[in-house]
Amino acid sequence: MEKPRIKVEAVTAKPSKNRSSRRKFLKMGGLAMAGSGLLLYGCSDDDMTPDPTPPGEVFDLGSGDVGILNYAYALEQLEAAFYTKVLDGSYWAGATAEEKLILEDLYDHEVIHREFFKAAISANAEASQVLPELEFDFSGVNFADRDSVLSTARVLEDTGVAAYNGAGKLLQTPDFLVIAGKIVSVEARHAAAIRSIYLEDNTAFAGDDVIDANGLDLAKDPETILGEVGATGFVVTPFTANNLPK
Amino acid sequence: MDIIKFLDEFTSESLTKKASSRREMLGNLGNLGKKAAMVAVPFGLASTSGKAFAQSNGNDAIGALQLALTLEYLEAEFYIKALDSGVLPSGGRAEAVYNQISKHESAHVEFLKAGLGDNAVDSPEFDFTAGGAFDPFNKNNDMAYAQLLALAQAFEDTGVRAYKGQAGNLMGTDFLTPALQIHSVEARHASEIRRLRADVLNENTNENALGWINLNNRGPGMPEATQAVYDGEENIMQGGVNLVDATGFSAEAVSQSYDEPMSGQVAQQIASLFIVS
Repeated sequence: MEKPRIKVEAVTAKPSKNRSSRRKFLKMGGLAMAGSGLLLYGCSDDDMTPDPTPPGEVFDLGSGDVGILNYAYALEQLEAAFYTKVLDGSYWAGATAEEKLILEDLYDHEVIHREFFKAAISANAEASQVLPELEFDFSGVNFADRDSVLSTARVLEDTGVAAYNGAGKLLQTPDFLVIAGKIVSVEARHAAAIRSIYLEDNTAFAGDDVIDANGLDLAKDPETILGEVGATGFVVTPFTANNLPK
Repeated sequence: MDIIKFLDEFTSESLTKKASSRREMLGNLGNLGKKAAMVAVPFGLASTSGKAFAQSNGNDAIGALQLALTLEYLEAEFYIKALDSGVLPSGGRAEAVYNQISKHESAHVEFLKAGLGDNAVDSPEFDFTAGGAFDPFNKNNDMAYAQLLALAQAFEDTGVRAYKGQAGNLMGTDFLTPALQIHSVEARHASEIRRLRADVLNENTNENALGWINLNNRGPGMPEATQAVYDGEENIMQGGVNLVDATGFSAEAVSQSYDEPMSGQVAQQIASLFIVS
């Protein structure tokens, strides 16, 4: 089983406005552990036996640019599903005008990104190669609680930035690279805004926990990202990523 | 100034494109990507040299990084002078934000200088008054703080677009990933500076003053001179798809969801407002 890779200790800045929030955040890490292993990844690397799963039962993201687009589509599906739940929740309903507006915009943006990838992959691959609609389980998030919502949003947005930054070099088509660039900077704008409203440290928008001494942001390869996403337990529908470019 | 060399190196293909068609080209996937930096070079500039664009495979990447270094010099010096000016309220959010950004921009300068090695360009001489239009480092100027915020926003939003415009030139090189990592840091900066400025102006719930760019609105209180930073951001076409039609979301929401690239030529024009030599 994959070890959970979401690093709760990486958040050095203290969440604001609620003393119990650190405990809640750590609890999220615990829930993440319980959900790990639902997402299959990289079985081919350390398992020489043939895949026992009959073909067609578990979707594989595929290879080449289509594989990377499906990878991005999976992440956008996750973000869009999360913010859909946020806007249905009581924290959002009672949030300040500014926080409501920010989260509503994030919902809009992520749904638009999701629908874009669905259309783009459909235009560039056969229907059977398009990642199906994934099912998610957000029972580990308390949508009535500000800390639970914003700490999860922070993880998702920083993960999105790291994922796009790491995937850029895997793309072969310049047009797709530019599109990914158009999206990743919006994800980074989101990450900064969520960090800014959630973490009390005035430098958290681009904090030392995510930006290194050279002033470089996170960049992670798909295997690392999918390991982290799998560890959250949010993704119910299993899929594999055995053929992505490296 | 090696940026001129950078501009000189564009292919003759760019000569056939009119600057006025840049906007529609940005909406056309077929013209994006590697050629994004080439679509708007005015005839006069590009025709000053008959040099081939790519004498070696590395030339477009080096030109991209030289442009990036020039923009980083601009930002790094701006934040150092802003922090030294005494204009920012002491001990508050603004000072902390400017300190953090200053640290990153200075690190970007060193990182790019090291990466470019012998190809590194020297820092231009900057004039942050833009020939007298601003007076941002003068404590006796009542508008200085507002100008520091406006210039920071313009520089950060420009940085995001400029790096994006050069990504195609870095494909297949070891510089692509670090450039993307700088690009998203610039976007984090842009988001925070925009939100800080909104806070100072008491515009936190103004849709044109959030962390992301709404249509081509430069935002409340931004000088008209900064409009070039935002032109083209109203694009709603991605990958040949009209996303308003495809998703049912508003043009505002769609435009916010995507940051648009900027050609090297436009980035250079914007930077030139602050370059003496």
